[in-house]
Amino acid sequence: MFRNLRDSLTRTRQSVFGQIVNVLGAGDIDEETWEDLEALLIQADMGVPTTLELVENLRERVNNEGLYRADQLTEALKDELRAMLDDQPEFSMEKPRQLTVVMIVGVNGSGKTTTIGKLAHYYKKRGKKVMMVAGDTFRAAAIDQLKIWSDRADVPIVAGQPDGDPAAIIYDGIRATRGRGYDLLLIDTAGRLHTKYNLMQEIEKIYRVCRQSVHAAPHEVLLVLDAPTGQNALVQATKFKDSVHVTGVVLTKLDSTAKGGMVFAIYKELGLPVRFIGTGEKIDDIAPFDADQFVEGLFEA
Amino acid sequence: MFESLGNRLQTVFENLQRRGKLTEADVDTAMREVRLALLEADVNFKVVKEFVKRVRERSVGHEVMRSLTPGQQVVKIVHEELIQTLGEPGRLNLGMQSPAIIMLVGLQGSGKTTTAAKLALHLRRDGRRPLLVAADVYRPAAIDQLETLGRQLDVPVYSEGPGANPPRLAQKAVRFATEQGLTTVIIDTAGRLNIDEKMMDEIKSIRDNVRPIETLLIADAMTGQEAVRVASDFDKAVDLTGLIMTKIDGDARGGAAISMREVTDVPIKFLATGEKLDAFEVFHPDRMASRILGMGDVLTLIEKAQTEMDEEDARQASEKLLSGEFTLEDFLKQMQQIKRLGPIGQLMEMIPGMNRMAGDVDLSNAESEMGRIEAIIRSMTLEERRNPRILKASRKRRVASGSGTSVQDVNALLKQFREMQRVMKQFKQGRGNRGIANLFGGFR
Ligand SMILES: Nc1nc2c(ncn2[C@@H]2O[C@H](COP(=O)(O)OP(=O)(O)OP(=O)(O)O)[C@@H](O)[C@H]2O)c(=O)[nH]1
Ligand SMILES: [Mg+2]
Repeated sequence: MFRNLRDSLTRTRQSVFGQIVNVLGAGDIDEETWEDLEALLIQADMGVPTTLELVENLRERVNNEGLYRADQLTEALKDELRAMLDDQPEFSMEKPRQLTVVMIVGVNGSGKTTTIGKLAHYYKKRGKKVMMVAGDTFRAAAIDQLKIWSDRADVPIVAGQPDGDPAAIIYDGIRATRGRGYDLLLIDTAGRLHTKYNLMQEIEKIYRVCRQSVHAAPHEVLLVLDAPTGQNALVQATKFKDSVHVTGVVLTKLDSTAKGGMVFAIYKELGLPVRFIGTGEKIDDIAPFDADQFVEGLFEA
Repeated sequence: MFESLGNRLQTVFENLQRRGKLTEADVDTAMREVRLALLEADVNFKVVKEFVKRVRERSVGHEVMRSLTPGQQVVKIVHEELIQTLGEPGRLNLGMQSPAIIMLVGLQGSGKTTTAAKLALHLRRDGRRPLLVAADVYRPAAIDQLETLGRQLDVPVYSEGPGANPPRLAQKAVRFATEQGLTTVIIDTAGRLNIDEKMMDEIKSIRDNVRPIETLLIADAMTGQEAVRVASDFDKAVDLTGLIMTKIDGDARGGAAISMREVTDVPIKFLATGEKLDAFEVFHPDRMASRILGMGDVLTLIEKAQTEMDEEDARQASEKLLSGEFTLEDFLKQMQQIKRLGPIGQLMEMIPGMNRMAGDVDLSNAESEMGRIEAIIRSMTLEERRNPRILKASRKRRVASGSGTSVQDVNALLKQFREMQRVMKQFKQGRGNRGIANLFGGFR
């Protein structure tokens, strides 16, 4: 019964936005064009409100600017998307200061620990003296996992015992950097769903420990989101921002077929910019976020 | 933040009801809402299209036209169609051969390792003797993770060092199980992208080597539109026999369940509902449909309440509540019972009508609010809890500092508590039908 649907769902291997170029071919703009456009935005996980708004804006532009060919829409759409990511706030992680403390937070399995390994390597290559601290004392073997990353990145790690108090170990981590010329402390935390009251309390405590131990810390609180996540990403970002003042997003698993379109809504609604993207499981698979490139990338087949 | 499907449908169908009669145009309006709501629930775009078409076909025409309350009829059709799409709850089919082999596959971070352990526990409770197999030889410490879980459960784990060859390892594990008289082999494979050909070939080889009777896709309930492609690619590669949705304890609406079901046509077999190893439930399509629709999952709530709530306590509390003798002490007790039932937002969604009130009441905050209230009450003496009137400025300051809140917070709680007592009296007199919403939402 579902055969046809299944076929049509899987026939194309092309990126969703890549299809826009095809869909918005040289033909005239008609109702079908708009439907297709809406479909493509939805399928990139832009979310319903953002999609409807984008389509609305484009319709207006088509009227005002007298666009009539569908392919003109591609450029207009890129403009709109770029505009949505405009005016990114300054990245405080890279401001000169004695010690920069960065908390990495997010739901289970989004890629926090891997991101810490990559970031340690990234900043070490750029001449920073980096240390990591194993704040996930809960998940089985989470500490061992981070230890392996500390070996790979060749940076020291402060770690305690499984089931220890994460706030205490983070306090130890901060103390360990004292007077030894460290530039950057990366804090791994256990994955947690934003719906869990106790776990959100726990992470707020970690936040307070940072706040009380180092001036203006944590200097960045990065929420790790993975690209395959749908519209719940905005809920996650809202809750983590309320709770531990998230300052930015790391968008992982962009090597998948998912586009991570929710980052538009997250920036628009919450002002949280994407700082890094993760594109694989290797230590080098990380790059600073570049809005223009990201938008351009959405359209590549 | 986003309107639940239930909200939308109710709004639309209220209008329909007033009209009394359904025209084709009415159905069209309704279907637009159904479509948007399903999209907001992350159901795949194309799946939504098909779904809406089916519902529309069933709705236009006599079935709805002849119905006395057309609105309700359409809701019912949507609900039924959802249940049908979600399909029968799947059971594990372990066949007659021993050992029965189960292979878990999925994207990175979807929860395979934890689910493997949960499955082992579940099967052991069913009288089987499971073996866990650490076939993720890539992710740092993945083997340690499975071994740790195995130790916690006292379930044997077969592993080799990192760098082992997973298809061969799987074969050896099965031999080991046979030798040891273990009856079920659960293979935890590495997370992989559905477009990573080399890695997809690897699970094909594992499959060819050990011929699992169950091949389960472990999928995150928060997944967005890509759910269809992921599920269908895995299905094509290794012929899935079932799905397990994880992280159901979050607040994602879980439309991915519908998408994946529809493209693979294999049943959803379990739901993973928490980080603890027994947070593992059989899938109920009707409940899932209701949850997605926001129509209220009364069954689950009642079931939970029966197992978790002390009935006598509950009865006493409600009596006190209605008689106005309800104290802060009772309130604390009630909150603890409610908390045992699960995330409050999820609970509220289970109560019909409650989700509509979510508009005025930010349920997502309810849980953290409850934690704060609890802390405040706990910082009071028993006397204060029973008679809050004695709380004057200095006592309030003490309570505030004891609970890490402010005097304003304490005042707000007391004010709301008085308000609640008032509402409850009205409730008793049959006037305030929003009593329960005030109970949770009032404190802010
Ligand atoms: N393909 C791909 N996989 C990634 C990426 N980042 C992380 N992963 C994988 O995702 C899985 C989960 O990553 P972790 O770093 O353990 O995630 P986590 O958020 O620390 O997980 P918990 O601590 O269990 O909540 C692992 O298999 C990683 O290898 C990425 O950018 N691309
Ligand atoms: Mg981790």
